[in-house]
Amino acid sequence: MQEVAAIHLEHVRFGYRADRPILSIDHLRIPAGRRVFLHGPSGSGKTTLLSLISGVLVPQRGSIHVLGQDLMRLSASSRDTLRGSQIGYIFQGFNLIPYLTVAENIALPCELHRTRRARITSSTLSEEVVRLALRLDIHAHLGETVTRLSTGQQQRVAIARAIIGSPALVIADEPTSSLDTDRRDAFLDLLNEVTMEGNTRNPSPTTLLFVSHDRSLASHFDETLSLPQIAQTVPQAEREA
Amino acid sequence: MILLRLAIKSLRSRALATTLTIFSIGLSVTLMVGVDRLRGAAQEGFSGTISRTDLIVGARGGGLPLLLSSVFHIGNASNNISWESYQHFAHHPAVAWTIPISMGDSHHGYRVIATDDNFYKHYIYRRDHSLHFAEGHAPEGLFEVALGADVATRLGYQLGQQVVLAHGIEERSVLNHANTPFTIVGILDQTATPVDRALYITLLGEEAMHYGWSDGTPPAIGETVPQLDPSRLKVDQITAFLLGAKSRVSTLYLQREINTDKAEPLTAIIPAYTLQELWSLLDYADTALSLVSAAVLVVGLLAMLIALYATLNERRREIAILRAVGLHVRQIFILFLFESTLVAAAGTLLGIAAVYVLLFALRGTIENHFGLPVALVGLSKRVELYAAATIVSAAVLGSIPAARAYRNSLVDGLNAQ
Ligand SMILES: Nc1ncnc2c1ncn2[C@@H]1O[C@H](COP(=O)(O)OP(=O)(O)OP(=O)(O)O)[C@@H](O)[C@H]1O
Ligand SMILES: [Mg+2]
Repeated sequence: MQEVAAIHLEHVRFGYRADRPILSIDHLRIPAGRRVFLHGPSGSGKTTLLSLISGVLVPQRGSIHVLGQDLMRLSASSRDTLRGSQIGYIFQGFNLIPYLTVAENIALPCELHRTRRARITSSTLSEEVVRLALRLDIHAHLGETVTRLSTGQQQRVAIARAIIGSPALVIADEPTSSLDTDRRDAFLDLLNEVTMEGNTRNPSPTTLLFVSHDRSLASHFDETLSLPQIAQTVPQAEREA
Repeated sequence: MILLRLAIKSLRSRALATTLTIFSIGLSVTLMVGVDRLRGAAQEGFSGTISRTDLIVGARGGGLPLLLSSVFHIGNASNNISWESYQHFAHHPAVAWTIPISMGDSHHGYRVIATDDNFYKHYIYRRDHSLHFAEGHAPEGLFEVALGADVATRLGYQLGQQVVLAHGIEERSVLNHANTPFTIVGILDQTATPVDRALYITLLGEEAMHYGWSDGTPPAIGETVPQLDPSRLKVDQITAFLLGAKSRVSTLYLQREINTDKAEPLTAIIPAYTLQELWSLLDYADTALSLVSAAVLVVGLLAMLIALYATLNERRREIAILRAVGLHVRQIFILFLFESTLVAAAGTLLGIAAVYVLLFALRGTIENHFGLPVALVGLSKRVELYAAATIVSAAVLGSIPAARAYRNSLVDGLNAQ
């Protein structure tokens, strides 16, 4: 029997403008519980692909299944709900809402989604925030505004927000590009550890999709994909059309 | 509600811009509501001063000057009317009551009004209030005077005291009726109308004060003044009279009869109609002030719009983050809408509160100086309308940046930089 797919794309075609396709993926399948590294040069469409997988953007053609749900059959707000409750997202660079404190930033997904909140292991949301903050060594800053934090601290707050309430899928879009090598390795180890830490409330194993243009990070992951390889280049003629 | 909390926190993080916008909206609401409340107070004050009087009759002339001089003590009546004409209409079968008014003297800037008992009996203000004495009684003797409430308190007068009245109604009259002092026999209750700011004597008292005078000039020095003989005093003229008809229907008919009186050229006005003339005069000032406050409001709202719009670009990242944690595009729109609406609501509340605080603080001054009763109760329909209009236009204007944010978030996906 085939493993359950966390992400499954078939014949996906997308362009920010319908007449200018920039991404075309015939087949992409990521089994649940994997830690996958996806690399591709700058401008190859990595962030675009992640927006499609998170259901923020919709392809012009093809089908996308995420965590067993057919995104094409979901309404826009159901996709938003799926993303909020089941996907943790870490951006490159600045990741946090500037007018919220560290603790409020971490708690945000659980404030917005009851199902996600229901999966926390501590008895209250603030206890859960403290637990994660201790784990990620940012507990001293919980009450502070996020702009006071160093980049490394901000990225750890972003991890905490991505993994709170144990989402089934954690997506990281070049989160390490602003960190030096030592901090980058520490960050990757931490991210790997915390996403894989067993969670009794969410029986399905967490899938990690990590995106970067930096191939050297591949060794930290189970599996490596190359975007240029899985994405057929859209024929020049078709692009112009 | 999380969106409301986010909106409040976002506004708080831009405290200076938020506060300034709230203030400019508050200021314009204060202006608009303040103008409206003052206008309301003025209207109430004017129309409350003269209730149930069907006609005011004076010498031939403009209606508005007659109304203002006879009831509100503003300006001067040009001519007098004869006692015979007054008697004729006072005993007219269609007339229920009349109040004669004769003016021409003053005391420390307050007018002295010569009238008779009908005034205390028939004068009605603020719909159904009649006059009462706080102390003492109506003047009966020749040299007795009753005081309006303000005159008594401001000048610190008490019953039994003697006062000297001045000839003429100018504040600094040079001619004093020093040899005919009046004794205070009554003080009226406060009415919050011009009644409070006058002194009341009898018609014969006024004649007695001017005994030996001819044509408004005192006897020359050395001229022999005849001994005052009360039995020979009689009233020749009065300034105006108020009239109550037996039935409403007869008012118009009476008015025509008075206006076309053969014996003497007279003017009879219906107070409510003439007040309308006054309102339409006030309307110009009112409209001008309303336009100014509307302009201030537009500036305030535009400032808010600009402030929100200017932050849109730097907030693309924030919006992408909010989308990533599962906010719907609709909720992004609502978040921005909340921000503008909250600012407008706060400004509106501040503005209305400021009006009431100001009115409360200045109430005494307004009532004393203008005799306007300032109603503090509730919000008028128009105030509610202003408040609603401000908030709705803020929401409408706020939906521009909100729609922009909505569109940005659709286009950007998670790719905002
Ligand atoms: N909102 C947008 N509207 C139009 N075109 C866009 C938009 N976002 C990205 N693109 C274009 O789509 C292509 C892929 O962009 P994308 O950001 O997905 O690449 P990427 O692989 O994430 O690049 P990087 O490594 O620099 O982040 C680029 O050519 C880019 O110019
Ligand atoms: Mg990218």
